[in-house]
Amino acid sequence: MNWCQYPGYVIGNDALTNYGCRIFGGLGTTMELVAISVVLGSGLGLAIALVRLYGGVVSSSVAAAYTTFFRGTPLLAQLFLVYYGAGQIRPLLQDVGLWVYFREAFFCAAFTFTLNTAAYQAEVYRGAIQSVHRGQWEAARALGMRARHIFWKVVAPQAGMVALRPLGNELVIMVKSSAVASLVTILDLMGSTRFAFARSFDLMVYVFAALLYLLIVEIIRRVWDVIEQRLTRHLHTA
Amino acid sequence: MDYYLNLLAWGDKGWGDELARGAMITITLALATLPFGVALGLLVALAKRSDSAVLRAAGTIYTTVFRGVPELLTLYIVYFGLQLGLQKAWKGLGLPGNIEMPAFVAGMIALGFVLAAFSCEVWIGALNSIHKGQREGAYALGLNKALAFRLVVAPQLLRVALPGLGNNWMVLLKETSLVSVIALPDLMFWTGRANVVTKEPFLFFGAACMIYMVFSVLSAWGLSRLEGRTNRGFVSGAGGTR
Repeated sequence: MNWCQYPGYVIGNDALTNYGCRIFGGLGTTMELVAISVVLGSGLGLAIALVRLYGGVVSSSVAAAYTTFFRGTPLLAQLFLVYYGAGQIRPLLQDVGLWVYFREAFFCAAFTFTLNTAAYQAEVYRGAIQSVHRGQWEAARALGMRARHIFWKVVAPQAGMVALRPLGNELVIMVKSSAVASLVTILDLMGSTRFAFARSFDLMVYVFAALLYLLIVEIIRRVWDVIEQRLTRHLHTA
Repeated sequence: MDYYLNLLAWGDKGWGDELARGAMITITLALATLPFGVALGLLVALAKRSDSAVLRAAGTIYTTVFRGVPELLTLYIVYFGLQLGLQKAWKGLGLPGNIEMPAFVAGMIALGFVLAAFSCEVWIGALNSIHKGQREGAYALGLNKALAFRLVVAPQLLRVALPGLGNNWMVLLKETSLVSVIALPDLMFWTGRANVVTKEPFLFFGAACMIYMVFSVLSAWGLSRLEGRTNRGFVSGAGGTR
């Protein structure tokens, strides 16, 4: 017997024993999807935040429109737009050689989630950078530092402290929202559980999936607490 | 161009009236869920702040579960779980025929539970922001617990909680799109149907996005008006007149 069948075996549930491996496999897919989107999205999000803060009139309003669109519409609608829309412009995508990516549901989901989380993360970074007092800039400039150095050595570390908590929340939200990937044929945790339910009609598989999601979220929360302790260690009195 | 306009037209040929009907269901569902979820959230917040350890633990478990489980999964569990439960009860009572769980009610309950868990945090923050002297003053004037809450705490609560609850509302508005998977004919459901029939995903999902955007922008505008109104007794800037 495989390790992934044990939870079902231990509680004596046939559906969980039979589909346990699929469900754990789906958990892996979920984590992969979220990790890819959140990491790529953080780079894009930071870029968007910088454009919004320091860009010209045109570029900063484009960045603002981007965040408004992705924060104002449901992730599900965005996912469908990309997933089904890619099929509609298939000839165009084939011409530029991108069809090999967009024909994969997993790529479409990772692509959409990246754009989506970038918009939310951009707002987090923007708020965090703005929260750093301008006196910090002025003092650094008085010391003769260049703008790039000021940003990375003075502003970024202080902004990072402020951004940490909302970024953790965003990660948790991504883990949860990634469940919609199951609606475009991806067998993530939600998708493989839906598969198991459709075959077994045993509600326990959904409850088990809920527990797995809770577990991931709880782990993220604990890890975040540790990181926050570490980043703010200079603020704690002995 | 005419081709696209015809697709979005009213009547048999176009999908305009279907989309409008779907949008109405989206709004109705969100509006129906809001009072239920927000009120339940306040109850959970009061439970989490109560003197009873049992209530506190129950509140913590509630928020941990509903904040940690994907909304889609909550929706499935509520929909199928209530369906199975209802059918069992129906059979148990020996009633003839079958009973179906209305998708609207399932969506309302599931989204309401999730909204309660998130608005609970907003309520707790608001409750903490009210100085305990306010309550003590009310008791000193002879008000009992319920009256002190209703006449003294609640009016101040709403002002502090409004921005947070406004965020909850915006999230709820977008989350309603999930109910299309349990066959409730909301905006997302009809755009999905139109996409299958016409093979015009950009047009229809784009239209759906635009309609959701309009709802979001209108809500944001309305909320800022409302916030202005609840803050009218306060000097803006240096932390109010407390």
